[in-house]
Amino acid sequence: MEMVCIVCPNSCRMTVERTDEKVTVVGNKCKRGESFAVNELTNPMRSVTTCVKTTVVGYPVVSVKTDGEIPKSKIFEFMSLCDGIVIDKPLPIGSVLVDDLFGTGVKLVTTTEMEDTNE
Amino acid sequence: MKYDTVVIGGGPAGLAAAIKASDSGASVLLIEREARLGGILKQCVHDGFGVVRFGEKLSGPEYADRFIKELKRTNVQVSLLSFVTRTQKSQNGYEITYVCRDGVKTVDCRSVVLATGCRERTRNGICVHGDRCAGVYTAGAAQNLVNVLGVMPGKRVVVLGSGDIGLIMARRLTLEGAKVAGVYEAKSVPSGLTRNIHQCLKDFDIPLYLSKTVTRVFGTSRLERVEISDVDEKMHPIAGTEQLVDCDCLVLAVGLIPENEIAREMSVPLDPKTKGAYVDQNCQTKEDGIYACGNALHVNDLVDYVSESGETAGVHSAGPVCKRDLKPIKTDGKLLYVVPQMLDVNSDVSKVVMYFRASEELSAQKLTVSAGGQTIFTKTYNKLLPPEMERIVVDFGKATTDGITVRLEDK
Repeated sequence: MEMVCIVCPNSCRMTVERTDEKVTVVGNKCKRGESFAVNELTNPMRSVTTCVKTTVVGYPVVSVKTDGEIPKSKIFEFMSLCDGIVIDKPLPIGSVLVDDLFGTGVKLVTTTEMEDTNE
Repeated sequence: MKYDTVVIGGGPAGLAAAIKASDSGASVLLIEREARLGGILKQCVHDGFGVVRFGEKLSGPEYADRFIKELKRTNVQVSLLSFVTRTQKSQNGYEITYVCRDGVKTVDCRSVVLATGCRERTRNGICVHGDRCAGVYTAGAAQNLVNVLGVMPGKRVVVLGSGDIGLIMARRLTLEGAKVAGVYEAKSVPSGLTRNIHQCLKDFDIPLYLSKTVTRVFGTSRLERVEISDVDEKMHPIAGTEQLVDCDCLVLAVGLIPENEIAREMSVPLDPKTKGAYVDQNCQTKEDGIYACGNALHVNDLVDYVSESGETAGVHSAGPVCKRDLKPIKTDGKLLYVVPQMLDVNSDVSKVVMYFRASEELSAQKLTVSAGGQTIFTKTYNKLLPPEMERIVVDFGKATTDGITVRLEDK
């Protein structure tokens, strides 16, 4: 089957074949393409960025990311989880909001520095 | 007040320029119209920034944060919520007037760095007819609503434009619960990276329609539906192909234009190809002491290069104003544009960073830089696409610098 690697902007077009237990990959410029293809066939993973609500003045929402990849099938479950989070004080960039997403060990962290302003 | 350098704009280009100008010994004032530094990066919460510069995939706010922290280490004066209203020549440089919380202020400076970014093309810019209803947004406006203000711009969305911004917004709105009816593109090929077609559209089963555009919008107070038409190869709508698509939100991701109001006010000549100023290799415009960088200079596709041109402008704006000897850099063949458009031969010409775009999708190309009839640089490309900017570094050190030409031709 044809597959496009999304690891980097090169967007390598790869031909992937699966015979029993083995996966052969052709067309990838680097080895990350191969592991991407294997993952994509067995357990596709994605990193996700979004925003969560806050009650801090000047920040109706604040940007967050998964600090690694989570199963693609869990993306909308992840979005519902983020929907339930409310930050109630200014947090520095990189603050951990959730320690372990879906047992992957991947964390949910903030990606914006929240400044304490009295405006 | 008097400064060596005033930087206008606190996005990635302005931050980089202010840091470098300060590090080079200049007293610097950075003027930003918003309440926070970072420019458009603040709302670009997706990742993929900084791969060239930092070797890692950062989100927009994280990329900006690295420069903001760096800026705090310097003595740069930052004036937020400040808007430049007048710029004019003075005895020893320039006089900048801006409105801020303390009222109207005027400062003197020796050099000015224009880091004003770009604007989005709007509905009027692409001639979409119809009702004047709510619900029609540029992609950046929709992105600001979702990612900064936490407000959804609509429930059922049509995206026009398949550049990376359009694709990323289609995914973002889907993640937040909107139904994206489709991404429409007037060209016959998608404009964005193939990777984004996959991770933004295919992952979420969002349909992509090529050679189609929005020709009319309908809605009494709120947008209710849009008319989609097929287009011919010149991107003109074909009569009789109209179809209606129900939606309450139209997101326009149809191009960016450098913002150069201040440059025009200061009579800085602009290049009709880039819509930014003509500059030399140090990002200095044709006006001595006025520099331009980032997306105000030409629309970049990677923020890493925005920062790079900001740093170039910053370093050189800190130095004294020297007499320049400018030689034009001509383009030949299938080039959309080349930046810089001039070479100052009185300054360092050994590591000239040049950016260019091809005028159309091309394969097997050879780029040649020649000066005084001599070839001084060549590079071959298997594939060139107009949406992907290329960067080269050329050494003009030993060449005579009359008759500089950059040429792109079949290999």
